[in-house]
Amino acid sequence: MHIVDGALTLPVIAVGSAITVAGIGLGLRQMPPEKIPAAGVLSATFFCASLVHMSIGPSSVHLIVNGLCGIVLGWAAFPALFVALLLQAIFFGFGGLTVIGVNTANIAVPAVIVYYLCRRGVVRSSPQVAAIWGAVGGALAIALTTGCVALALSFSGDEFIPAAKLVFFAHIPVMAIEAVLTAAAVYLIRRVKPELLDAFSAASPDLQPVLAAAPEASLRSTQS
Amino acid sequence: MGGAAPAAGAPLVGANSSGGSLKALDGRVRILATAAFALATVSFSHFGPLLIALGGAMLVARLVELPILKTLRRIIAMDMFIAFMILMLPFTTLGEPLFFVFGFPASRQGLVEAALIGLKANAIVLMAMALLSSFEPVELARAMGRLGVPERLVHLVLFNIRYIDLLYRELHRLRTAMRARAFRANASWHACVSMGYLIGMMLIRALERSERILQAMKCRGFTGRLYLDGEERIQRLDLVFAAAFAAFVGALTLWEILSVAAL
Repeated sequence: MHIVDGALTLPVIAVGSAITVAGIGLGLRQMPPEKIPAAGVLSATFFCASLVHMSIGPSSVHLIVNGLCGIVLGWAAFPALFVALLLQAIFFGFGGLTVIGVNTANIAVPAVIVYYLCRRGVVRSSPQVAAIWGAVGGALAIALTTGCVALALSFSGDEFIPAAKLVFFAHIPVMAIEAVLTAAAVYLIRRVKPELLDAFSAASPDLQPVLAAAPEASLRSTQS
Repeated sequence: MGGAAPAAGAPLVGANSSGGSLKALDGRVRILATAAFALATVSFSHFGPLLIALGGAMLVARLVELPILKTLRRIIAMDMFIAFMILMLPFTTLGEPLFFVFGFPASRQGLVEAALIGLKANAIVLMAMALLSSFEPVELARAMGRLGVPERLVHLVLFNIRYIDLLYRELHRLRTAMRARAFRANASWHACVSMGYLIGMMLIRALERSERILQAMKCRGFTGRLYLDGEERIQRLDLVFAAAFAAFVGALTLWEILSVAAL
């Protein structure tokens, strides 16, 4: 799913990078100093989850879990996923550097969309219904991600359109896997530690400008 | 990557080499040089500059003494990953047919474009690995901070560097326990649900861990500030490397511009 350096045209790279910079900005506002450890450890967990492989017949796919990432982290999914892709590109040689903005947008935009569409269902309803919302979020995030990849490729040239279609169809089994997996994870979290769902996504960034503008003050208030 | 056991002592996100003769190179110079190289290389459209760029990346990889086999394995893994897209290009690009596979024409233009993308991707990834992964990740994060990256983002990078390795080991232990109970990560319903519980449990443990970390950090007076002391100064090695690298990238860019103008 990672797009490599050299495949995209300059305007596509510029648009993707602009979206990612804006998303990271909004995400960082969700991370006052007292939330930094939680954001750091949770994003490291999502990084590790993406190293898990599931075998489908003779081949295997790695998890993306960007739907779950959006449900748990909200807008903070943007910086979290950016850091994950950056470290992967540098230390594992996976993905690309000039396209990192596009690659981040491709998985973080669906994460934020899932956050807005599925969060209410995941948090408010019974654990069983929450699991169904989790499944919707898990599948939707992958579908949207393949859609974004396809869009980025097809804007870069018509010759990429067959590859983009292939990406979409190749990911249908991944959607099914991630749907079941996200549902199970959401069910477990609702049963064991529902506070996890309030750690980040309690309010959208525009609803908490005061907290974001005065992180030191909010830290002081939690300390007292 | 997923199935491999984490080797004892070697962190998952850690320096890939000791740094060789460029060991003392400043992090800021590394980041800026890699960025300039990537931006220049991605905009080249001729084989001459691209091949020399790849050669330059190989040279730097030699200078920092990247382990050859490990690096090669990673680069080949990336190439396999992009292979399907690149292999389709000759057949999906319109142009004069060069050869036929099962009756489908492979165009010369598509072949050229596929080769260009492959060269760019390999040159940039190799240079990034050579300059950035041969360096302590924590130093790299500090250099990002000194280059003006927001403090919170640098904190996030530092936390990832610290905890990815630790959590991966935890994940590995949990998966060993699952395997001991005859679990197989195929795409069955049971496997997906079990994996979901595994990831969910990892997240819950992560949140609880982060609460303990926050208490420990507060205890030491953490207020969100990132302290960058003044020990990292630009040395002569940095200036020499920066000048040589700028000349190299500049010469390649000039070559590219002249090649475009000649057409």
